[in-house]
Amino acid sequence: MRITQGTFSFLPDFNEDEIRLQMKYCLDNGWPISIEHTDDPHPRNMYWEMWGLPMFDVKNLEVPLEELNNCRRAFPNHYIKLNGYDRTKGKQTTMLSFIAHRPKREPGFTLERTEGEDRQIRYTIRSKALVDE
Amino acid sequence: MAGNINSAKNKGRWAAGVTPYEEMGYYNAEYEPKDTDILCAFRMVPQEGVGPIEAGAAVAGESSTATWTVVWTDRLTPYENYQAKCYRVDPVPGSDQYIAYIAYDLDLFEEGSIANLTSSIIGNVFGFKALRSLRLEDMRIPPHYAKTFQGPPHGIVMEREYLNKFGRPLLGATVKPKLGLSARNYGRVVYEALRGGLDFSKDDENINSQPFMRWRDRYLFCMEAVNRAMAATGEIKGHYLNVTAGTMEEMYERADFAKELGSVIVMIDLTIGYTAIQSMSKWARKNGVILHLHRAGHSTYTRQKTHGVSFRVIAKWMRLAGVDHLHAGTVVGKLEGDPYAVRGYYNTLRENKLQADPTQGLYFEQDWASLPATMPVASGGIHAGQMHQLLHYFGEDVVLQFGGGTVGHPDGIAEGATANRVAVEAMVQARNEGRDFLSDGPEILAKAARWSPALRKALEVWKDVSFDFQSTDVPDAVPTVTV
Repeated sequence: MRITQGTFSFLPDFNEDEIRLQMKYCLDNGWPISIEHTDDPHPRNMYWEMWGLPMFDVKNLEVPLEELNNCRRAFPNHYIKLNGYDRTKGKQTTMLSFIAHRPKREPGFTLERTEGEDRQIRYTIRSKALVDE
Repeated sequence: MAGNINSAKNKGRWAAGVTPYEEMGYYNAEYEPKDTDILCAFRMVPQEGVGPIEAGAAVAGESSTATWTVVWTDRLTPYENYQAKCYRVDPVPGSDQYIAYIAYDLDLFEEGSIANLTSSIIGNVFGFKALRSLRLEDMRIPPHYAKTFQGPPHGIVMEREYLNKFGRPLLGATVKPKLGLSARNYGRVVYEALRGGLDFSKDDENINSQPFMRWRDRYLFCMEAVNRAMAATGEIKGHYLNVTAGTMEEMYERADFAKELGSVIVMIDLTIGYTAIQSMSKWARKNGVILHLHRAGHSTYTRQKTHGVSFRVIAKWMRLAGVDHLHAGTVVGKLEGDPYAVRGYYNTLRENKLQADPTQGLYFEQDWASLPATMPVASGGIHAGQMHQLLHYFGEDVVLQFGGGTVGHPDGIAEGATANRVAVEAMVQARNEGRDFLSDGPEILAKAARWSPALRKALEVWKDVSFDFQSTDVPDAVPTVTV
């Protein structure tokens, strides 16, 4: 399966030029870029591991691009996402967040059902383990 | 008014009998509105023989302290304070209409009550015989009053962080046909639409609990569909479960059940009334459930330019009352909406501070004092082929809802959903890359359609569908086109 979290998951995976253009969009807006990675892409996993701090004062596009590649080399079998953050008053939140790297094989999730009274069902979504290949 | 009206100049301000409103203090051209005043702009057409100043003063009077005749009991009060004051009347060029500006003292209104605010301002005066027609065009809500409301239970920022969805418009679809499906078939549509790529599916306004599908059954099947779609995609998904019912007790029962089942969102209709909306807002905040409002019935009083209440005023009331989502027009779809007027509604819902802008029908500045923003929803007759226009008009903080434009896809509902998601992501990518996506839109879509069969089919089916009718409700001021 293909996990469709993130701003651009329905498009073919971005090549380096396309990633660079999205990074440029963030920097042009004054949004620092941050990189996060995980082996647990559960829809409610809000806290992926941070690959360093958000790159607050970085103006050079090559820096986040290099960091992305470093993260890829360190965790080739993880999901890696790239975020743009806007600190301006009233926003103070993420403005763009897309998956820039995926594991080769995406195992997906299982849905467990626990039957309760009156036809009610409790649902639990579990991430299947990523297997190193 | 016919009959015995005596000028206050002849008989004195407090003599018994009928005195023109403008001489009783309800018109004051020198009045400078206070920062704390609530200001209103009314479009009025006075009856023949009624002067515009007297008409404006009458509106001020009848929406505040006045009655038709002088009463001595006014003298027991600091009435100057409680009288609304019409401070300006402008003719609308080329028409029999006037815009009356009226200021209301803050003390006239109960804190945190839309019912009280509206009972004053639109309570009696719209049936006033001396006016042929009357329309409330806009209101300035001062921060002093806005701060007595908590506004949307979550707001746009919290909703996005909760759903883990950033940087693009959210996508939804109303289940079609809107009436007649059994609960099991209904859930099928929800599952297909969500797994295909939409973020939300939606009950329509008139899906409540009818003989063909009772609410509890619908909720159970819809939540099975939502959870299946979440597991299939790894994304958080939601279905707006409509909790609209005949009594508050029934609405609470339905909303509580939706929460127990783990729904991230519930929905109400505008027809339940302002107080019920505020109650549901409180419930939604307490229970961490996003609140969607469908503006059912609004066109009965918002659409005609000379009588009723403008939707921009309804939008302000609903942001105060506290809803997370509000339908606010599509411009290009099947329902009424002039592009500039609709931009005014969207800005009213989303921005923290607005300047007056006659081209958008905004008569006043508006400072929301950090009240959370309401996510506007564009729904009704839109499809993937219009994605460049939709992104241009609405930006990204919006829910685009494609009901027919999802369910009507020739290859199935999931394919319809995929077509919309591919289209929106391709357009956002192009926008972020700095392309002129409005004029290049068709080309951007065609390029994505080369690798997306779902989008290709959608573009073929709906390519020429548009709804080009003249709007009935357009701002008076036309923007000057500069080349």
